[in-house]
Amino acid sequence: MVEVINLTKKYGKLTAVDNISFTVNTGEVLGFLGPNGAGKSTTMNMITGYLAPTCGTVTIDSCEISNNPKATKAKIGYLPEIPPLYGDMTVKSYLEFMFDLKKVKLKKDAHIKEVMTIVRILDVKDRIIKNLSKGYKQRVGFAQALLGNPPVLIFDEPTVGLDPKQIIEVRNLIKALGKKHTVIFSSHVLSEVSAICDRIIVISNGKIVADAKTDELSSTVAGLNQLELTVEGSSSAISSAINEVYGVKKVTSTGANRYTVDYDTDVDIRKGVFKALVKADCTILEMKNGGLSLEESFLKLTSQNQTKGGKK
Amino acid sequence: MLAIFKRELSSYFLSPIAYVAMAIFYLFSGIFFYMICLQYDTSDLSGVFSQMFIVVLMITPIITMRSFSEERRQRTDQALFTAPVSLLQIVMGKFLSAFVVYACCVAIFLVYALVIQFFFVTPDWAVILGTMFGILLLGAALIAIDIFLSSLTESQVVAALLGFGVALAISLIDVATSYFTSEFMQRLVSGISFNQNYVNFTRGIIDLIDTVFFISIIVVFIELTVAMLDVKRTR
Repeated sequence: MVEVINLTKKYGKLTAVDNISFTVNTGEVLGFLGPNGAGKSTTMNMITGYLAPTCGTVTIDSCEISNNPKATKAKIGYLPEIPPLYGDMTVKSYLEFMFDLKKVKLKKDAHIKEVMTIVRILDVKDRIIKNLSKGYKQRVGFAQALLGNPPVLIFDEPTVGLDPKQIIEVRNLIKALGKKHTVIFSSHVLSEVSAICDRIIVISNGKIVADAKTDELSSTVAGLNQLELTVEGSSSAISSAINEVYGVKKVTSTGANRYTVDYDTDVDIRKGVFKALVKADCTILEMKNGGLSLEESFLKLTSQNQTKGGKK
Repeated sequence: MLAIFKRELSSYFLSPIAYVAMAIFYLFSGIFFYMICLQYDTSDLSGVFSQMFIVVLMITPIITMRSFSEERRQRTDQALFTAPVSLLQIVMGKFLSAFVVYACCVAIFLVYALVIQFFFVTPDWAVILGTMFGILLLGAALIAIDIFLSSLTESQVVAALLGFGVALAISLIDVATSYFTSEFMQRLVSGISFNQNYVNFTRGIIDLIDTVFFISIIVVFIELTVAMLDVKRTR
């Protein structure tokens, strides 16, 4: 559905987005994750045609944006970081303007009403936009992105500056929209992305540092897995027993009877560890796969990339 | 293009800008009309039209100052530039709406002509309409220039100041003519003088060269605006 190939954006000497490529399939909800200033907005602005890339291509539903900008832009609904609202218009007249601007072919009044119902702004339709609260403004922004039912929806940090109740509403809205549309949305809040998305792309210093299904992310990211053990027995016997198991890299004692075992990703050492410890006559009280939490993997990924960037 | 045109026009009349521009235009044209026509009992509006040159120079930057700068500052340009419309359509929508506001200013001359018609004698309608065509062309050319200036900056104040600067330069071209001794340079300078190209219209002459002059300025600056928006997108 959305295909991004070797996308690069340079501002003078600064490279904001550095040669990134990814594909989003139809019906997928993709989370774009990264610290502030990582290049999320720049990437989204290039996908939507607001900025022209220094090099690389963006193809949406087999339309290439620089060759066929009008047809490509018609397939995208975009909510930028700051909703593009004209403060002097009423909600309804603004949506009518956006409807005309996007040359939507549906029935005007009915469609605008439908969209206003989805984002629940019917009660403010005759109010002047500049007098609305931030939450309502954001919803009007969602409404303009939804006009014309575009197959691809792109939201740039849609929950920033909202209160917790509004954040939950926005998440539910994105989840609901993900059933009918292909959605790309960015955030620097991990819990949010993991709650909504099927897939996460982590971006740091303009580079993709991870691209994985949400539940796979921490294992892919870490590169190695950890096993946490609580074992009764002499620690030297336990260490030497575990060390003999195939795939084990390192055993560290982390406290009374507690051990952490690092091992290669592609093997499951639990069986081997169990047998080895039984043979050494040590009792396993607890054993679980640790792995890194999403937060830990995110920090690890982005900080790694930053130190690399710093050395350049 | 029509959507942008309609929105821009309604925005002009929702904000004070259109009214301020019209008030300035009506005030000065009214003063000139009183001083030139009513005091001297003449039905000839050409003096009023030629005096309006400087007023037109001053109000066009006011009309156009927010056109692109305000969009950029409020980030509403993201809606325009990600919509399925071309840059030329966006610029044309903005240009035409500013032109309509300006045309509302110029329309006051119809009132003056009617005043002459009903209270004094029948004026020379052909000359008046021809002159109005000229003043509309002059304004349209300046609007095209000022919209280009507005696409350069995020600040509408800077856009307006640039517009006034250009207006000053345009009015100084005529002064510069006298400094050149060679006939070629004098002809060249008066050829690019807005006033020289406009003044024939105030005499009721619709000259092809003058018309082409203003229309080329409009075309060149609309294209330059499109190019400038594209450069800002690319860099």
